[in-house]
Amino acid sequence: MTSLTIGNRLDDQDAAEQSKYDRHNSLTSGHRACQGCGEALAARCVIDAAHRVTGGNIAVVNATGCLEVFSCVYPENSWRVPWLHSLFGNTAAVATGVASAFALAGSKDTRVIAQGGDGSTFDIGLGCLSGMFDRNDDVLYVCYDNQAYMNTGVQRSSATPVFARTATTLPTKGYMGNSIGTGKNVPAIAMAHGIPYVATASIANIRDLEEKISKAILLRGSRYVHVHVPCPLGWGYPPSETIRMARMAVECGLFPLFEAENGVLVGSTPVDNPKPVDDYLRIQRRFAHLFGKNASPDSIEALQQIASRNIEKYRLSGELSHE
Amino acid sequence: MLHQLEGSQAIAKAVALCRPGMVCAYPITPQTHIVEHLGELVHAGELWNCDYVNVESEMAAISVTIGSQAAGVRSYTATSSQGLLYMIEGVYNASGLELPIVMTLGNRAIGSPINIWNDHSDAMAVRDAGWIMLFPETNQEAADLHIQAFKIAETLQCPVMVCVDGFVLTHAYEQVDIPSQEMVDDFLPHYKPQVCLDVANPLAIGTMVPPEYFMEVRYLAHKKQFEALKIIEHEEKNFHEKFERHAGGLIRTYKTEGAETIIVAMGSVLGTIKDTVDELNAQGGKFGVVSIVSYRPFPSEALEAALAIAPHVVVVEKALAVGIGGILSQEVKLCLKNPRKKVSSIIAGLGGRAITKSMLKHCLEHDLHWEKILSWEEDHREIFLGLNHDTIKKEFESVKNCCCKQKENQ
Repeated sequence: MTSLTIGNRLDDQDAAEQSKYDRHNSLTSGHRACQGCGEALAARCVIDAAHRVTGGNIAVVNATGCLEVFSCVYPENSWRVPWLHSLFGNTAAVATGVASAFALAGSKDTRVIAQGGDGSTFDIGLGCLSGMFDRNDDVLYVCYDNQAYMNTGVQRSSATPVFARTATTLPTKGYMGNSIGTGKNVPAIAMAHGIPYVATASIANIRDLEEKISKAILLRGSRYVHVHVPCPLGWGYPPSETIRMARMAVECGLFPLFEAENGVLVGSTPVDNPKPVDDYLRIQRRFAHLFGKNASPDSIEALQQIASRNIEKYRLSGELSHE
Repeated sequence: MLHQLEGSQAIAKAVALCRPGMVCAYPITPQTHIVEHLGELVHAGELWNCDYVNVESEMAAISVTIGSQAAGVRSYTATSSQGLLYMIEGVYNASGLELPIVMTLGNRAIGSPINIWNDHSDAMAVRDAGWIMLFPETNQEAADLHIQAFKIAETLQCPVMVCVDGFVLTHAYEQVDIPSQEMVDDFLPHYKPQVCLDVANPLAIGTMVPPEYFMEVRYLAHKKQFEALKIIEHEEKNFHEKFERHAGGLIRTYKTEGAETIIVAMGSVLGTIKDTVDELNAQGGKFGVVSIVSYRPFPSEALEAALAIAPHVVVVEKALAVGIGGILSQEVKLCLKNPRKKVSSIIAGLGGRAITKSMLKHCLEHDLHWEKILSWEEDHREIFLGLNHDTIKKEFESVKNCCCKQKENQ
């Protein structure tokens, strides 16, 4: 069982990259992310881990979104790696071009990471992402999923959970927020392309996230890692609670952690004694309308069923565990 | 060496001689034959050290070339019409990032109604996108301009679009002189990027630019276009010296000396116009022709000088800005210092409508007669060449009948 600890008591080889004094700090301090931003934390972990195992031989292509806006406003730049931003919906295709150019120039060891939020991955950039998977281009695509368009003021994306309140799914009388039966599962879509590697990860488990990135970055072909990154502003919780929020999503089964190779599920992180979704939902303002005066136990039950289905589907009860 | 070639093949061969490292496009008529042929050359190993990427959309096509060019590799794409509109966000992005991508635009009308034939509506839709836009007149010039395009793009760090008339040029078989690899290598040096993604020197490319700096960025893009005027002229001379034939430059003049009416146009229609002018002049007419090769940057000074003497300028244009009129004619007017000079606009060839000598001749001899023009009312600002008024009348009638019935049913 991997420890959740990232302290410095562990042996160097077991310690998290983030606990090492000589980590690259790829996304340096001074950027403009909100307090408690899950995406900023995840992005630093991802790029630092990739930087370590490749000996710094990486280039990053970034989609438009929070991560791009808060990290790189001329004349300032928080990235300590070669970094390119083109547009919102074309990141995977740009990364294809970058990877091809490095290969052509004889720098095949330079690994290319494409990264973006759920809006650029699930919605506007899905065509380009699918094209990249289809051609099995040599790129690691990382999606930082905070489950809505946070940069433009919290609007619904197709990664927004059912019944969540966003600026475009405001609950009113008879309308409980984002409708049930909608949304899409991009990790499953990635798996359907049969690409070499697909994984989900959470900033609540940084060792696991780093391990998956370290593994994925050294593979060839298209790889997809999907990271759950809570957003204090969009979800409505205190900035100090980001990690707890991510952990609760994993512990109730709403965000399953798994790995798949060539389209086949090969491992998942077991959820011992799954917690009820109620605990996770109750502390977020985006689900507040499901509780209180006009409580909607049916909606909470529907979300509970989604979590229970995940536990079955991704075999989170332990049978597939490789830990 | 002379070859009997389809325009698209000639362009593909010229592009291959420029040794791009990335060719990426999405199928759309009438551009498709160009990239089909390039694909063949790459897969047969004739164009080596080049990646040919089949993508799922034009947005991906421009994006892959943005990525490869930003990582330091000479990159090429091609598109037409709807495809150009689908990638338009990337078109602006490429020039903003100062990436010297070269694109062939197989000029085609824009729908709806869907129409695959030639006009210049697609090029006009991106006229402010910060690309250099060159319009060849013949297939020979189309091939030659691609060789110049890479040179101009890389000298300026600015993307270049070679706007080739769809079907009229892309699908026409003509004799084209394809230069040797040695000659092209001598003209176009190995690509050395000025700024690119580099592990040894990490840079951020494509940062957000706040209001404190944005005006300056746009001003510099404008300045770069003025610099391009000189580079385009320089490369035309350079090309002529090495290849011993003329191609490109800003504008070209034909029988403008002593002309009372000068016709201005772009692209393949110039051949028909020159033939028409020859016939009219043989009968005592005083007509001349100015071809605009460089549409962006717009060659204002060269054009003003070429048109200075003629009292009457007629612009034949293959695009229409609905609600205002001709686009090229407005730009020609802007660059003329003499405000009393009469500029007429002939909207012609939209959606592939044929432009014939007899149509042009009739128009220039009768509709655009000097006295007639001076007494024109506002609604005669432009002439639609070969417009069928019966079709328009019928359409008005059918719309009237159609609307009423639906309302009655409700």
